[in-house]
Amino acid sequence: MASLDDLKKRISSVKSTQKITKAMKMVAAAKLRRAQESAEKGRPYSDKMNNIILNLSNGISDIDNAPKLLSGTGEDKVHLCVVMTSDRGLCGGFNTNIIKKAKLYFQKILDEGKTLKIITVGTKGYDQLKRLYGDNIIERISFKESKNVNYFDADKVGKIVIEKFDKKEFDVCAIFYNQFKNVITQIPQEQQIIPLKTSEKDENSSEDNYEFEPEEDEILSNLLPKNISTQIFKAMLENSASEQGSRMSAMDNATRNAGEMVDKLTIEYNRSRQAAITKELIEIISGAESL
Amino acid sequence: MSEEYSVEIVNPEKSFLSKNDVTEVVVPAFEGEIGILKDHISIISFLKPGIIKIFSKSGEESFYVNDGIIEFKDNNLSILTSLILDLKDIDKEKISEIQKSAQEELNKSDINDQEKYLLDQKLEVLKSIN
Repeated sequence: MASLDDLKKRISSVKSTQKITKAMKMVAAAKLRRAQESAEKGRPYSDKMNNIILNLSNGISDIDNAPKLLSGTGEDKVHLCVVMTSDRGLCGGFNTNIIKKAKLYFQKILDEGKTLKIITVGTKGYDQLKRLYGDNIIERISFKESKNVNYFDADKVGKIVIEKFDKKEFDVCAIFYNQFKNVITQIPQEQQIIPLKTSEKDENSSEDNYEFEPEEDEILSNLLPKNISTQIFKAMLENSASEQGSRMSAMDNATRNAGEMVDKLTIEYNRSRQAAITKELIEIISGAESL
Repeated sequence: MSEEYSVEIVNPEKSFLSKNDVTEVVVPAFEGEIGILKDHISIISFLKPGIIKIFSKSGEESFYVNDGIIEFKDNNLSILTSLILDLKDIDKEKISEIQKSAQEELNKSDINDQEKYLLDQKLEVLKSIN
C-alpha cells in the first residue's frame, strides 16, 4: 500500500490536473459561443450563394458546355479528399471521428482501384493520416497562426483545390468536416464539392426568370470557384464550432473524472491515516500492558 | 407609392448591412455600372472591384468592394462579396496593402486577360479613394 506521503502527492497532482481541465473547459465554452455565433452569421452568405447557383444551373440550357466545375470532367478516376481537422488536441473524439469517416471513404476509393489524393487542413489530421496514407498526402495546410476562422484562409484552400482541378490532377473532390449539431453531438460529414451536386430543386427558385449580365455560363464560371471557397469556409466554421464543443464536453468529463479520483484517493488517504494511528495506539497499549 | 426597397449586403463572416429604405443602389457590375431602382427586373450579375453607392432616405453611403455577385428579386437586392469596406471610416493602411498585393499579382506573367482587366480596375479604384 502506498505511503501517506505518496497519496498526498497524488491527490495534489490530480487536483492540479483538474484545475487545468476546468480552465480549459471554461475557455472552450467562451470560444464556443463565439464560434457558434460566427457559424450562424456565416450562414446567409453560403445559403444565398447556393440559391444563386441553383438558379443559374437551372437556367443553363446547354448542359454539355456547362463549366467543368459543375458537370465534372466526365471521369471518375482520381479522387481528392480535403480532410479538415483541428490544430490542437485534447478535444475528445473530434479528430478521430473525422479521420474514421475519411478512412472509410479512402478504403472504398482504393478498393475500386481509383487513385487517391489527400489534402490535410489542420495538423492533427496529418499526424493521424501520415502513417497509413503518407504517400497519398499531396498537401498539408495549417492555420495555426490565425486566431479566428477567416475567409481568406478558406480562400487559400479553395484556390489550391481549383488550381489542381485546372491542371486536371483530379476528377472528384470531397471535403470532410464535423458538422456542429450541439455541444454533445457533432456529426462527421462528407461533402462532394467537385463536381457540384445540385440539391433537389427548390420550389421557390425554379420559376424565376432572371436577366443575366453577362451570360449565364460566364457568371457561372466566375461564381463556381467562389462557391468552392465558400463551402470550405462554411466547413471551417462548422469545424471550429464543433472543435470547441467537443473540447468542452471532453474537458467537462475530464474534470468530473478527476473529481471522482480525488474523492477515492481522499478516502484511501484517510483510511490509511486512521490505520496508522490505530497501529500506533495498539503498539502503545500493548507496550504498557507488558510492563 | 413608395419608391423604396430593401438591400442586404453579406460577406462570408456576417451580414454586413441590411436596409429597407433605399431608393437607389449603384453597383459596379462587370459590364459597367448599374443603377437599380424599385421594381427592376430580376437580375443576377457579378461585380468588378469598385464602389457601391447606396441612396436612401437617411442619406448616401459608399462602400468599396473587391468582388461580388448581386441578385435582385422581388424588390430585394442581395449583394455577396468577399471584401467590403465602408468609405466613411476607411483605413488608409489597409487600402495600400490591398493595392500592393494587387500590383504584385499584376506583375505575375501567368494571368489571363480577364484577371488583368480586373486588377487594373482594382488599382484604379483604389487610387481614386486613397
